[in-house]
Amino acid sequence: MTKADGIGASVKRREDFRFLTGRGTYTDDIDRPGQTHAHILRSPFAHARVKSIDVAAATAAPGVVAVFTGADMAADGVKGLPCGWLIHNKDGSPMNEPAHPPIVIDKVLHVGDQIAVVIAESRAQARDAAELIEVDYEEMPAVVDAVAAQAPNAPQVHGDAPGNLCYDWHLGDQAATDAAFARAAHVTKLDLVNNRLVANAMEPRAAIGEFDRATDEYTLITTSQNPHVIRLLMGAFVLGIPEHKLRVVAPDVGGGFGSKIYHYAEEAIVTWAARKVGRPVKWTADRSESFLSDAQGRDHSTHAELALNQDGTFLGLRVSTVANLGAYLSTFATSIPTYLYATLLAGQYTTPAIYCEVKAVFTNTVPVDAYRGAGRPEACYLIERLVDNAARELGIDRVELRRRNMVPASAMPYQTPVALQYDSGDFHRNLDLALPMIDYDGFPARRAEAAQRGKLRGIGFSTYIEACGIAPSNVAGALGARAGLYESAEVRFHPTGSVTLFTGSHSHGQGHETTFAQLVADRFGIPVDSVEIVHGDTSKVPFGMGTYGSRSLAVGGSAIARAMDKVETKAKKIAAHMLEASEADIEVKDGSFTVAGTDKSLTIGEIALSAYVPHKFPLEELEPGLDEQAFYDPKNFTFPNGCQVCEIEIDPETGVSEIVKFVCADDFGRVVNPMIVEGQVHGGLVQGIGQALMENCVYDARSGQLVTGTYNDYCMPRADDLPFFAVKYHEEALCTHNPLGVKGCGEAGTIGAAAAVMNAVVDALSALGVHHLEMPATPQAVWQAIRAARPSQAA
Amino acid sequence: MSVSVTLTVNGRSVTRSVEPRTLLVQMLREHLGLTGTHVGCDTSQCGACVVHLDGRSVKACTVFAVQADGASVTTIEGLAAADGTLHPMQAAFREHHALQCGFCTPGMVMSAIDLVKTNPAPTERDVRVGLEGNLCRCTGYHNIVKAVLAGAEAMRPPVVPAAE
Ligand code: FES
Ligand code: FES
Repeated sequence: MTKADGIGASVKRREDFRFLTGRGTYTDDIDRPGQTHAHILRSPFAHARVKSIDVAAATAAPGVVAVFTGADMAADGVKGLPCGWLIHNKDGSPMNEPAHPPIVIDKVLHVGDQIAVVIAESRAQARDAAELIEVDYEEMPAVVDAVAAQAPNAPQVHGDAPGNLCYDWHLGDQAATDAAFARAAHVTKLDLVNNRLVANAMEPRAAIGEFDRATDEYTLITTSQNPHVIRLLMGAFVLGIPEHKLRVVAPDVGGGFGSKIYHYAEEAIVTWAARKVGRPVKWTADRSESFLSDAQGRDHSTHAELALNQDGTFLGLRVSTVANLGAYLSTFATSIPTYLYATLLAGQYTTPAIYCEVKAVFTNTVPVDAYRGAGRPEACYLIERLVDNAARELGIDRVELRRRNMVPASAMPYQTPVALQYDSGDFHRNLDLALPMIDYDGFPARRAEAAQRGKLRGIGFSTYIEACGIAPSNVAGALGARAGLYESAEVRFHPTGSVTLFTGSHSHGQGHETTFAQLVADRFGIPVDSVEIVHGDTSKVPFGMGTYGSRSLAVGGSAIARAMDKVETKAKKIAAHMLEASEADIEVKDGSFTVAGTDKSLTIGEIALSAYVPHKFPLEELEPGLDEQAFYDPKNFTFPNGCQVCEIEIDPETGVSEIVKFVCADDFGRVVNPMIVEGQVHGGLVQGIGQALMENCVYDARSGQLVTGTYNDYCMPRADDLPFFAVKYHEEALCTHNPLGVKGCGEAGTIGAAAAVMNAVVDALSALGVHHLEMPATPQAVWQAIRAARPSQAA
Repeated sequence: MSVSVTLTVNGRSVTRSVEPRTLLVQMLREHLGLTGTHVGCDTSQCGACVVHLDGRSVKACTVFAVQADGASVTTIEGLAAADGTLHPMQAAFREHHALQCGFCTPGMVMSAIDLVKTNPAPTERDVRVGLEGNLCRCTGYHNIVKAVLAGAEAMRPPVVPAAE
């Protein structure tokens, strides 16, 4: 039975009160005494040599404290921003890793690249003065498309990355895959583009740097998903500040979706400049600046082929992808189109042979890195689009084709041909749940009814799987990760029985203050309101890796479980001592420690009190205190999976698609707070739907200008674009290798949704002979596809 | 050059001397320390900055402080009772998990209250269209729409039976 505050209860969020009353503390809400304001001058050109920079007029402008250029930073020994994952080429040689200075020295490589920083008494003065900086640019031809960047005469983004190539990588057994294709009865082929997206967390990035001359200590307050990672990267690699002299704080953060994982130039600039000017330096991005400086997502061009038997059995999958990395390597950019993408290409299926090659390419665009899902949505989209087209080509029902190829629950654990081992999953069960939710059998009637109204109705499936909680550290390290992938937790009982829980995870909307407190409440039988969660401050919490890749509960929660194990072990010792029993005789249930077979019992609160008032402790055997720390490094990834179904209606006169119904049935392992999990799914779905129907980040091919640089041009999903969603989950296939049995839910919606929507769109249009459409399927794109398919009606 | 602007903010009269180009949202955040009103864009499209100006919702990033001189402004900080009792719309947002990161929330709540004032019994469609000017990247709007429908219900005065 679910306890009121425990695992499985939809406890209302404890963080809501402050957000609902305007009392959250986001970075831009913070002002430091004596603070100055930074404005960053950004390049108007996509590719240009910087011949000279004259800052004299700006320096003399009203309110200006200082103006710094890249040369100033370099002269001070500031290094470039590091990349956190080394990828090796097919031939074993390391990738090309060009320099990434926080402010450019002599060349700008994308529109928005940093040229100089002006520090002034007010934001307006800094901005006004930046306009007085004179930069002499020599414009050069730019390239924005990754495929075009590989052409022999393409402009070269970096002098030390010939052919604009970062790496040429592969995974899988090429010979076995070729052999599978040689004996295939049918091959389904598809060329597809996974469109570039902008994360668009609603809070723009911001950072405040501070330096205390008395103690030699730096503080950076920043909009980050992982403050310890920033401290490590910026301290050790960029500015050369030892950890004990650098505190990084990520206070309330208004959404991240990946874009706030990375170490950004502005963080290093304000921290470095704070020492230079001897005052705190604050920078907050305008939204237009976010479009030009936040790492973007996706941007793959792929050719994929699926080999099948006559009966629809998948024999082999061959994939060739060109991934656009933008102008510089963002922190984890290199791992996204490789270990978070190609490793997922088995999907939910038993495809025995898979081969994938990936060329990662530099262009004159904003850097690309993880955006919600990161590699896995690209894999899912490719597989699920191929499966739908194969079903149509072979005349097999698409649900049936999926069922014929799904890894059965009985085959778990299942080793895929692309490195991963799925520990658990019951994919048929997801379908069993989802089909009645959408009333699949009733679809033909609904389609016919829509046709009578002149509408084209389609249904699309996405049976997705993802890998979350990227791990373990030793495997990731062997694959090139330059960081560990564990998480930390400290559970501190206070003398009166309340708890402070320190976690290395970071909440920026996920509700950790509630979910994590539920874990403690469930284990020790205390109310959630007796548990305080502390996160996001390197001076308070043990070294943690932060929140991304749906890892917080699976890895961070497991660390909490381990720390609670240690607390329990210690509490048992104390109870045994106080009750004059042997430790082996102490039974623990819901926070009560009882001598077996007696009514002699202590609550965790009583034990905590005696731990801090150890008047009768045998101090040789028993230390005072009840405060334990754990670092948890997972044995394997977790594999959330599910089935999403989208039903769509298209008006052929306007090309407008309306989602009439969207259902999903998921397996996230154990669910701690169903309300929060469903909220994560809703939000995730809309980011996938946004990619499929409206969002698109576009650069002008000739000038390299970002065409979609505001909300006027970049179409964000709004309330009136969307329906209500029906969301179910089951807990029949728990994660087998972490203490909570949890898998993670943060990215699932996004990973599956684009494929479900596009399969529905293509299904609606298939009667007209349209078998593929690139994302986003805007009304214009759909209308054009319809006209092209019915040339006789084009007028 | 500075100009003097007097506002009644959440019931309190305040006067500040500001540059003429100061936006209402800047005056609230930077001069009055009311940081509950947020800035999410620079093109008047996200709604993170919505406040009530003389009882009507406005995007505070699109109004100069001087234009609001003499007006009465309600921000998210002014909604709950002094003892912390939430406004029915705030309470509905909590009950229905209509916020995740909380950044869009103040603007969303202020817009929702204005929506319900002009349309006390909105349909789902009315709510979706009515919130078209407020972006949320976290929730997918599902729970926001649920909350606004519930909040509208809670804000509706009880129907008094007509006298015979
Ligand atoms: S800040 Fe975006 S509309 Fe006002
Ligand atoms: S709750 Fe994060 S933007 Fe709406």
